[in-house]
Amino acid sequence: MAVYEQTYKRYAGRLTPEWSRFLIIPRHSYRAIFNSKLFTAFFVICFLPLLVEAILIYLHHNINAIAIMQINVRELVPIDAFFFQTFINIQGGFAFFVALLIGPPLVSRDLRNNALPLYLCRPFSRTEYVMGKMSVVLILLSAMTWVPQLLLFLFQAYLEGFTWFKTNLWMVSAIVIGGVVWILLLALLSQTISALVKWRVVASGALLAVFFIPAVFGEFLNLVFQTHWGNILSLGALIKNVTAGLFGTFDRVAGMVQITDFNDNVVREIAVLEPPLWASWAALFVISAICLALLSWRVKAYEVVR
Amino acid sequence: MALPATVQEDLIRPQSVNDPPVIDLHGLSVAFGRRPILKNLRGDLRGRAIGLLGPNGAGKTTLIHTLLGFHPPSAGTAQIFGYDIIDQAKQIKSLIGYMPERDSFIAKMTAVHFVRLMGELSGLPPEAALERAHEALFYVGLGESRYRKLETYSLGMKQLAKLAQAIVHGPKLIFLDEPTNGLDPPARLRMIKLIREIRDSGQAHILLSSHLLVDVEECCDEILILRDGQIAVYCNLEEERKSNRKFLMLETRGDQKKFVEALANLGCEYAISSDTRLKVVLQEGIEVRDLYRLAAETGVQLRRLSYKRDSLEDIFLKAMENGYGGL
Repeated sequence: MAVYEQTYKRYAGRLTPEWSRFLIIPRHSYRAIFNSKLFTAFFVICFLPLLVEAILIYLHHNINAIAIMQINVRELVPIDAFFFQTFINIQGGFAFFVALLIGPPLVSRDLRNNALPLYLCRPFSRTEYVMGKMSVVLILLSAMTWVPQLLLFLFQAYLEGFTWFKTNLWMVSAIVIGGVVWILLLALLSQTISALVKWRVVASGALLAVFFIPAVFGEFLNLVFQTHWGNILSLGALIKNVTAGLFGTFDRVAGMVQITDFNDNVVREIAVLEPPLWASWAALFVISAICLALLSWRVKAYEVVR
Repeated sequence: MALPATVQEDLIRPQSVNDPPVIDLHGLSVAFGRRPILKNLRGDLRGRAIGLLGPNGAGKTTLIHTLLGFHPPSAGTAQIFGYDIIDQAKQIKSLIGYMPERDSFIAKMTAVHFVRLMGELSGLPPEAALERAHEALFYVGLGESRYRKLETYSLGMKQLAKLAQAIVHGPKLIFLDEPTNGLDPPARLRMIKLIREIRDSGQAHILLSSHLLVDVEECCDEILILRDGQIAVYCNLEEERKSNRKFLMLETRGDQKKFVEALANLGCEYAISSDTRLKVVLQEGIEVRDLYRLAAETGVQLRRLSYKRDSLEDIFLKAMENGYGGL
């Protein structure tokens, strides 16, 4: 089918491996995503906390800098599990906003323009389509959450020495799992909402609502029933608990409630407990399963009218 | 991009009886819920360009979607080039191109980017996909506007872009679902010309679904007429055209009686329509020149002689009036 020949010719060349074809979607999507200068600027800003983190690690090991600033950074900001947990939570917050910007239009745009038959009439399955669309979010969020955290962990290990690395090696799994769970949840939720709602603005609003409305309702339950089981409805709280569990900083006792008599004398103190870790994991699992079921229902070449 | 001669010969070789049929239907039925849409379709189609005809709601698009694996059959199955649509869907999809009926595109993309993406999804490496995207767009006549966003295209241009994405990976079978829908006459002619060119290249088979009889008649050599989800008529237009060449309509002046006697003696069947008109069925070995000879011998003038054949419209209308007929 050469341009000058103007005839129809079949293709008889080499084909790409089937397993790699889902990666075509993120490759083409990034071109459109990074066309927006505003998004590119925001994405760069997302790396500022990582820069601060890197500077703090560097200052820990630079005696001259400590002497000039006359601050004992080692005592002020110790580099331990809490340090990495804090920064992974900060990056998680930025990741949410990035997912909010890039996630909603991914599937909804295809649904609005009837593009799904064009994907699915090719040797490209529905699973590959969903994997491809989720990869757009996952790859970008990985680049700003667990991947740089892991590099900074290695930077700290390089500066601190092998003994520190050996003692804190367990944190690698906490960084990776904590980061992956969060971005996987963001990717699943954003794609599910994108598959349910055809309009980008509505989809973005729905994603915000999914995060904040149950959280507010959960907080209301917490206040009314003097419990923290309402947190099971809050995605943010679930992730916070799971991450704390991974970094070994999880404490079930969230606070104490004092029960007083009419004379304001404390009669009894009751510990307010966070839901156990297994409950948080189970809730995340159920949410993910619902998302997958909804995606499977929505991502079809054509809607069948029964 | 030229293929080795042996490969090209193999591609251009016409479909023989020993080859697996292009489409082989084995009691294919499809139901949406309790509503049957396709009912026990049977038969094999081998044409270079197969026309799928039927009134609205006959099941044409559902048949295409089922062959593409979008809808699971409720009973039976079908094969495309010998591959089963249920068990070997991926192999089938790598051999076919599909131009959907509805407006379908990926937003915020230029035509060349869109067609390239479709090529890559079909398995072409990025460089080859880009090269073929340019070629496909030039081929369908969108070469000059290939860097424009698809949203800015007119309906006719979008139809051509859909055709380009369907052929970018050089499929062996192309499903065209109502390709001339909404096109103005020049755009329609261009689309028909492209379809005929692809058919005549011998590189791909075409399944053309349309409710426009003239489109199918111009492009197809085999037709399948669906009615209420069943095969109403299967017709090999090529054979039909050949056989219809023996039916003649004659307009005469003079003593028609002598002429028809002479025809009967020659072994031809005839039917007298009026004093001046008659229909003749030529027997094997008898040519039109024999009729002129008989006319001269019996003193009859042949004022008009035309081949009478059933037009596709006749076949379609008969199919709608009569019952169902399988292959």
